[in-house]
This record gives sequence, structure tokens and C-alpha cells, in this order.
Amino acid sequence: MILNELVSYEVLRLLWWALLGVLLIGFALTDGFDMGVGALLPFVAKTDTERRQTINTIGPVWEGNQVWFILGGGAIFAAWPPLYAVSFSGFYLAMFLILAALILRPVAFKYRSKRPDPRWRSTWDWALFIGGFVPALLFGVAVGNVLLGVPFHLTPDLMPMYDGSALGKLFGLLRPFALLAGLVSVAMLLMHGAAWLSLKADGAVRDRARRIGTIAGMVAAVGYALAGLWLAVGIDGYAFTHAVAHDGPSNPLMNSVAREGSWLSAYVDRPWIVAAPLFGFVGIAMAVRGLRAGRDVSTLLWSKLGIFGIVSSVGLTMFPFILPSTVDPNSSLTVWDSSSSHMTLFVMLVGAAFFMPLILAYTAWVYKVLWGKVTQDDVTANGDTLY
Amino acid sequence: MELDIVELSRFQFAMTALYHFLFVPLTLGLSILVAIMETVYVMTNRPIWRQMTKFWGSLFGINFVLGVATGITMEFQFGMNWSYYSHYVGDVFGAPLAMEGMMAFFLEATFVGLFFFGWDKLSKLQHMVVAWLVAIGSNFSALWILIANGWMVNPVGAEFNPQTMRMEMTSFFDVVFNEVAQAKFVHTVSAGYVTAAIFVLGVSSWYMLKGRHLELARRSIAVAASFGLAASLSVVVLGDESGYSASHTQKMKLAAIEAMWETHHAPAPFTLVGIPDQEARETHYAIEIPWAMGLIGTRSLTKEIPGINDLVAEAEQRVRRGITAYDALMEIREDPANASAEARFVFEQNSDDLGYALLLKRYVDDPREATEAQIEMAANDTVPGVFPLFWSFRAMVGLGFSFILLTGYFFWMSSFKGAQYPRWALRLAVLWIPAPWIAAELGWFVAEYGRQPWTVDGMLPTALSVSHLGVTDLLITIAGFVMFYTVLFIVEMSLMVKYIRKGPVQDVAETDEWMDRHQARLSGMTRAPFSPNPAE
Repeated sequence: MILNELVSYEVLRLLWWALLGVLLIGFALTDGFDMGVGALLPFVAKTDTERRQTINTIGPVWEGNQVWFILGGGAIFAAWPPLYAVSFSGFYLAMFLILAALILRPVAFKYRSKRPDPRWRSTWDWALFIGGFVPALLFGVAVGNVLLGVPFHLTPDLMPMYDGSALGKLFGLLRPFALLAGLVSVAMLLMHGAAWLSLKADGAVRDRARRIGTIAGMVAAVGYALAGLWLAVGIDGYAFTHAVAHDGPSNPLMNSVAREGSWLSAYVDRPWIVAAPLFGFVGIAMAVRGLRAGRDVSTLLWSKLGIFGIVSSVGLTMFPFILPSTVDPNSSLTVWDSSSSHMTLFVMLVGAAFFMPLILAYTAWVYKVLWGKVTQDDVTANGDTLY
Repeated sequence: MELDIVELSRFQFAMTALYHFLFVPLTLGLSILVAIMETVYVMTNRPIWRQMTKFWGSLFGINFVLGVATGITMEFQFGMNWSYYSHYVGDVFGAPLAMEGMMAFFLEATFVGLFFFGWDKLSKLQHMVVAWLVAIGSNFSALWILIANGWMVNPVGAEFNPQTMRMEMTSFFDVVFNEVAQAKFVHTVSAGYVTAAIFVLGVSSWYMLKGRHLELARRSIAVAASFGLAASLSVVVLGDESGYSASHTQKMKLAAIEAMWETHHAPAPFTLVGIPDQEARETHYAIEIPWAMGLIGTRSLTKEIPGINDLVAEAEQRVRRGITAYDALMEIREDPANASAEARFVFEQNSDDLGYALLLKRYVDDPREATEAQIEMAANDTVPGVFPLFWSFRAMVGLGFSFILLTGYFFWMSSFKGAQYPRWALRLAVLWIPAPWIAAELGWFVAEYGRQPWTVDGMLPTALSVSHLGVTDLLITIAGFVMFYTVLFIVEMSLMVKYIRKGPVQDVAETDEWMDRHQARLSGMTRAPFSPNPAE
């Protein structure tokens, strides 16, 4: 017997679809507050000591958090190669901007406090702002575009092709709905960053963060509701035009897809998924309340629940679609025809089953070691070891 | 137009990969050196070793962050610029990259923060374990990346699936234990250890020349010289292992590196120097060492190593068989359910050569319509540029031997000559700091340029692997990367120099207190009770 047939192809595809969600949500929950803190930096921290205090709340953890993104990329490559091939080349210049921002960020963390020159430091502070704000915005815009559908098609050789010029493709992403999604993403991560600062900082930084976070949370909730409404009335969904085999070969062109109905019909077919947007709203509402009341640990947890709800609602709404095509719906990538082979999915699942719990365990231990607030006294007393 | 995208994509990948590898080797080696120093600290309790750990650790940090940052580009560039490659081999190639994330990168990135921020939050032993976890994570990271890279050279454990039009994994075990990958891994991490050793050696020598931080410099030289000697011996020996595995897995690369145009009767001579002429297919002014090539390449006196001309003739046959495979594939794809058994049989018989038919796609859309002249051109395309390979390889090997001499000399002096180093040797060590980087970059050039015209040897031509972007797309990102990376490089170098000039933070009080206790214990004047944690 071949070992990989212990788990059926259909189940493996479902598991890897869920794992992709876990990685993206893991990224949003952990690196999300790093991006939020980066984007908040110029507004919550005025003096150099305050800025160092703010930066050092995430100083020891951003590097590990960022790996959720890297691993997300690796997992898409390994488990959903067509998605990896189509999306990153299709969003080419947008991806470049995200990469540039994400490269800037680590460098800014590490190098900012290595020189006392105020101009040097304020330059890197803006780099940190860009490193937080730009990816937060562009990830949201990308999700908005995925819901709208993307202009690509596959040749019979399964080579991805796109329409439009370089800048045309970049600015083509900035459709109104996608910008709304970007706004929700930024607001949500600002709230998350504020919740983190409320837990890890004290004094003026914490107070400012709580004020901004409250507003950001409300903006996120309203924007999210608007986006839902927009999906209901203004955007067509996608559907297979025939019963589709769940264990067929990974070739999107073998299935036919039509652009019809609404994405939200998923909530009729699978009513239980309404839990996701519900979590989104409840999480944000409770996080906003917590920020106003000055509760720390519970606020961060509520904020996490809100983000979990919002991100997972996108995936659950679109299921089984992953990346729909506007110009050739048959090229759309779905859970049932865009995965790796049975063997690869199985091998990777074994790897994930072993390593993911281990990763969660040691990450939890690191956070435990670093537990406690970072104060202004801490950063002035430890000039050499902290950022 | 098409070719332009290919050349630009290749240029961008080469540039970002070589840039990334400016930081990786130092990370690989310095993480281990720092962990070794901290281990000595934990075992001896001597504050000087803690200072060394912190000082080299701070330089490690400045370097590490750029390695991580530029690695982000690498992880996503396959999808951005090489989307057909990503589709065609993602089923196999993606797996080691994902394993790298789960097994290695998470480990190093999670604990590196604790390494820098955890000095006051962890016990000494815990902190040492953290340092080792960072080092182990970094090195495992290299293992998985080289498994992926090794597969591109020697694509084992995979077969083509006509239904999905891509390579699919048949054995993960074969992919992981690919002999090319294993040899590459040890060779590459050894190169990283050499780089870090020469770096520590050079910086410490500079302190010696300036008469600063002599305690730190002397001990650092002792550690670096012994570690570096072992590593540079390993890098040369394992380079030889790569050569041996190349003789049966990468015949064309080996022949091109050696500028072996004709198959020589065994054992073949090794061309020490010469001027390879690709047009005329001969090497001018060649100086040869009899037998040497046969011994290195085959470890025998009787096995032949095929020359370029014979390999081209073989490639031509494979192109023809590839066309047969392509023809059968088209029939199968036309109507997968009802394709004739004959077509399936023909495809299975010839599918190993399918990639050779794809070489024709540069000249003609449908390989079945290729002319004789085009088939010949495709066969000739299988020869990479001989001159640059020939000389890059020789420069790399020459540098490799220089590292053995340099570290060997310092090892000898530090072990047996009372660590009294002549000034010329110290100056040479400072001067030699950039050499390992040059050798490492040359090594990657030989490995990757030597694989051309393939991204995956014999299976997928480079020209077919790219994304269908516009030239403008690529010009924008290339300009962006060049500017951005240049600025980062300048910032990084200026900080490195600043922190080297500044030197270690001297815990004067701590050191004095420890020395007092030490003296007291030695002289037996006071019988202080033994404490496992003095001076903490």
C-alpha cells in the first residue's frame, strides 16, 4: 500500500485549504500587530524615548512573526503551485512594493538606534511606518481584487497570461471595492497594533494608542459591513457549471466555471459560516470596548478573534474558489483543481503535523519569557542591548 | 521581445540571489562561532568570553537582518518572475521550501530576538541554548534550500504528469537524499564557516595591529583559525565530492568547467590554465596535468569523461526523442480519456527527453515543426558559456587553497608559537577579509550559470520558465532593486565599520571583579566558597 493513500485526495485538499487559512491568519494575528505598531509609530510616539519604547515592544518578536508570511509563501508554493504562479506574477508590481516595504522594515528595526543622529532616526521611523502601512494596505487591496476576480487566463500548457501594461496592471488593482478592502485591512491592523501597545507599553504611548485604536476599530467594523453589503448587491460570484470531481487532476481547464449569482449565496448553502463574520463584528466591538476601558490581555484576545473572523470569512465565502478569473472564468483556480499532487500534499501534511505544534510551543515560550511591559525606563537603562 | 524578458528575469534573479548570498555565508558561520564562544563562557564563566559573544553577536545581528530581508525576495521571486517554472515544478520544488520555513526559518527567526533581548531574561544555560538554536536553524535552513537547489541540477524522485502538464513528486525520500544536494549542502555551509572564520580572523588581526582589545582578539583568532582550518579543508574536500557527483549527474557542466571539448581516453588530463574558445571548440595555450581530471572526476584510471562535442551529439538525439514524446503528449492531451495505448507507450518511453523538445520553443512554437537547423541549434544551446565557467571555477579553487594556507598558518602560530603573529601576517589577514565572499559568489556563478540553458536540468529550459511580464515591469523592479539594495549595502557596511571601530563593550567592573576572585583562588589567599555564578 502506498502511504499517501491513507488520506484521500479530497480530504488533503480540504486540509491544505484550511492550513493555508491558518498560515494567513497566523500572519495577520502575529505580524499584524507589528505592522499596526509600525503604522502607528509616528502618531503614538513623539519623543525619541517614546519611539524606542514603542519599537522595543515588538523588537524581539517581529522577526519570528514575519516567518508566518514567508511560510505562507512557501506553503502556497508547495500546496497550491498554480496559485503561487498566477497570483505573484499577476500582482507583479504590487508584490514588489510589498517586498520593498517588508525588506525596509527589518533593516529599520535593526539599524534605527545604532546611530544617535536625529535625522538618521527619523528617516528609519518613516521606514517603519511604510513597512507597516504599505503591506497592510496592499494585502487588503489584494484580497479585494481576489473577490472581484483577476484578469488572467491559462494557456493549454497552463502558462499564466495577463492583460494590460505594467502600470496599467498596478493601477488596475485600485478599484473602489479593493480600496475599501484595503481600508478595512489597515484599520483592523491599526486596532490590533493599538491593542498590543495597550498591553506592552505604558504612559503616553499607551494612552495615544488606545485613542487611535478605538477609532480604527470602529472604522474597520463599518468598512467591513459596507464591504459585505457591496458583495450582496454589486459584485457577482462564481460557480462551477457542473458537478465537479473533488479528487480530479489539478488542471483548472478541465472544469468549466461561470460568473453568476452572488458570493453571499455561500451563506445559504452553508449557513454555519455566518459564525465567521459574527466573530469579526463581536471581536472588534469587544476590542474597542476593551481599548476604551483600558483592559489589556482580554482586548488583545478580542482583537485576535475579530481578525480571525474577518480573514476566515473571506475564504469561507469564496470556497471552493481561490483565485477567480474575470477574463476567462474557466481558468479560475479552485480548491479542487489547483493543488499539488496527492503525494506532495500528504508529505507536507506530515511535516506540518509534526512542526506546527512545535512552532506554536516554542513561540509561546518566547512570548512568556518576554512577558511584561516595556517602559521608558527600560529603554534608557539598556541603551546597548535594545533597539 | 520574448528573449528580453528572459534575459532581464535572469539578470534580476542573479542579482538578487548573489546579493542575498553576501549575507548568508556570514550568518551560517558566525552563528556557530558565536554559539561556540558562548559555550566556552558558560563552561568557564570567564567574562571575556561573554564580551566576545556579545561583540561578535552584534556584528552577526547587523549582517543577519539583511540576510533575512533579502531572503524575502527570494521566496517570492519564483512566483513573480518564474511563474511557468513555479507551475511546472512547484509540486516538487515547493516542498523543500515549505519544509525550510517550518523546520528551520521559524526556529532561527523566533530565537534570534531572544538572543539579543534575552540576556537579562534567561539563565546563562538557557541563553546558550538559544544561541545554538539560532545556529542550528540557520544551518537547517541552508539544508532545505540546497535540497531544492540540488533538485534543479539532478531532478530525481519526480515524473511528468500529462494531465496536469507538470512534474509531480514520486518520492520525497529521493528528493531529500539527492546525492547532489547533500554534497552541495556540506560544501556550502563549509564555505559559510570559512567566511565567518576569515572575517573574525581579519577583524581580530586589525585589532592586533592597532593594539586594541588584545585579549578578545587573541582568543578570537584562536577560535577562528582552528574552526576556519577545519572548514576550509572541508570546503575543498567536499568541493571535490561535488566534482565527483557532477561526473555522472552533470556531465555538460563538468565538461564546460574543464573546457573538455573532446572525450579524452581515460584517465583524462586536467587543464590547469588556458584560453577556451567556444567558437572553434578548442582551448588555446592549455597547460595540462596528466591523469588529474580522470582521477578527480571518476576516481578511476579507466572511466572516460565525455567531452562537449560528444555531449552535443547526444543532446541532438535527445531533442529528436523529445519531439516524439511531445507528439505523443499532444495526442494524449487532446483527448485524455480516449488516447491510444500506443501514444501512452510512446510517451512513457520518451518522456525523459521531453525537456529537450522544449528547447526548440525558443525557435518554433510547435517543436514538431522544427527544421534540422533548429534541432542543431537546440543541441548547441545545451553548452553553457565555457570561458566564464572555466575561469570562475579556477579562481574559486585558488581562493579555497589560500584559505587553507591562511587559517593553517594562524592555527600553527596560535597553537605552537605562543600566539605571536608577525605584522605582515596580520595585515594579510585584514586584506583577505573579502576573499571568501568572492569565492562564494564565484561558486554560485559556476553552479547556476553552468546549469544553463536549463532551470531544471534536462526538463525545463530557462527560456520557457519565465512569467509573461512586460519589459517595463522588469525594468521597474530591476531599477528598484538596484537602488534599494545599493542604499542598504552602504548602510550595512557603514554600520559594520562603525561597530568594528567601536569594538566590544568592556564590562570593566565585571572583568576586574572576576580577575580578583580568580587571583584569589589561584593564590589560595582567601578560601572563598566555590560559586557557580561568580560576578553575576
